[in-house]
Amino acid sequence: MTIYGYRLPAMSSLILWGLLWEIVGRMGLTFFVPPLSEVVVTLFSVIGTTPFLKALSETAYAFAAGVFFATVIGIPVGILMGKNRLIDELLLPWVNMFLSAPLTALVPVLMVLFGFGMKSIIITTTLFAIWIIILNARAGVLQINRSLVEMAHSYGANPLQAFYKIYFWAALPEILGGVRIGVIRAVKGVIIGQLLISIVGFGALFELYANNFLMAHFWAVLLVLFAMAFTVSELLAYLERRVSYYAAKR
Amino acid sequence: MVMPQIKEAVDSFDAPGADNAVVARGVTKNYGNVEALKNMTLSFPRGQLTSLLGPSGCGKTTLLKIIAGLLKPTSGEIEVNGRPVTGPGPDRAFVFQDFALLPWANVLRNVAFGLELRGVAKSEREAIAERYIAEVGLSGFEKSYPHELSGGMRQRVGLARALSVDSDVLLMDEPFSAVDEQTRRKFQEDLLNLVQNENKTFIFVTHSIEEAVYVSDQIAILLPRPSRVSEIIRPANLRNKNVDNIRRDPEYLDIVDRIWASLRSYVE
Repeated sequence: MTIYGYRLPAMSSLILWGLLWEIVGRMGLTFFVPPLSEVVVTLFSVIGTTPFLKALSETAYAFAAGVFFATVIGIPVGILMGKNRLIDELLLPWVNMFLSAPLTALVPVLMVLFGFGMKSIIITTTLFAIWIIILNARAGVLQINRSLVEMAHSYGANPLQAFYKIYFWAALPEILGGVRIGVIRAVKGVIIGQLLISIVGFGALFELYANNFLMAHFWAVLLVLFAMAFTVSELLAYLERRVSYYAAKR
Repeated sequence: MVMPQIKEAVDSFDAPGADNAVVARGVTKNYGNVEALKNMTLSFPRGQLTSLLGPSGCGKTTLLKIIAGLLKPTSGEIEVNGRPVTGPGPDRAFVFQDFALLPWANVLRNVAFGLELRGVAKSEREAIAERYIAEVGLSGFEKSYPHELSGGMRQRVGLARALSVDSDVLLMDEPFSAVDEQTRRKFQEDLLNLVQNENKTFIFVTHSIEEAVYVSDQIAILLPRPSRVSEIIRPANLRNKNVDNIRRDPEYLDIVDRIWASLRSYVE
């Protein structure tokens, strides 16, 4: 964007919102919004502490495991649904239902089934991320040019080769889009899991800070979380752009 | 002037000595209640180019895909080199109307893709691919991606891919219909050279009468509703003519006229 001939750097709108935050914070309207500068100072004081690093590693572990299972299961299931009419008919209603279902309500059931530990948190994270990944992989496969499939078939590709040499690559732009949205949903899933199932990780920090009205700490951790989710999402968006050159020409 | 001998062509089909690379016997294909092909019998002489020509809806692409093994006939059978077809096989290679190139792979990998699927080692298949890339005139474009090439060049990639698997039969589904007119003429000339030099059997689907007469040793005219072979035309003397003279040869012009006369009533 340019204003009066000056080219504004990317994300300069954030500076504006940051300023607004600072002003509102300094006006002391509510204890809930401390000034941004205070939050940033708190952030740096918190970031090296043992509880923070422990929370970070616990959250990162649950998040990474959840995203891993969501992609490793979600992508093949989505591709299979796109390829096979029968599988599609069987699974599509469930996928659509879970995609729009309030998954938070399912968490108590997961606790009963899988206990109060890390396992339940990982499964919650997976459940938040997997449905959109399945749907996008399926959509990607459905729009594959029929003649690419016929080409692979006529040159003697076996089903496995067709799967990983044609379907996966042809659907890759949509798959990456699905993984990107799935990752954002997984951030939600991991925090909700940590708050509801067992109070660990960032969930525990949020709980601690909120109960003790440590709002600067609260916002600091939230900023860290935003930054992490944003980084992962941008990384995937970058990969998406890498394959977009053929997205329009399949 | 020698008129094309339809009678003789039909006779030669059943002659025991005839060397046919591909034979279709009583092939019928139904989609639900729709008859796409009805009891079609046709033979394709080895080392020659046979065109399947007809108005849209006459089932020519369906027949080609059945020969390729991509579709199963409802009844009847296809024989390639005397063996019945049950699915796609290494004795046939397909050239697609819309090229069907992998958009995420460069020219070299696209041309070598048929060999890649057969498990040929990378260095070996790339050496073969390079040779055929040069043969279709695409040297220097090995590292280019399909979206960087023109339509004509993309079809050359598709052709090189079909040639590099070295199959006996080349199945071409309206291969030049998606390229511009000048490129198409160049393609047709190159195709004549290919038929002469490669010792392969070509089955060529087209809806262009001129194209069929120009490139074919044998033209099977297919008519719709119900789909059937209405006649088989074998141009007698065109193959010995110089490529530059075919289009003004009286036999060429006569055959084009005659085919148009028989197809005219089927064009909406």
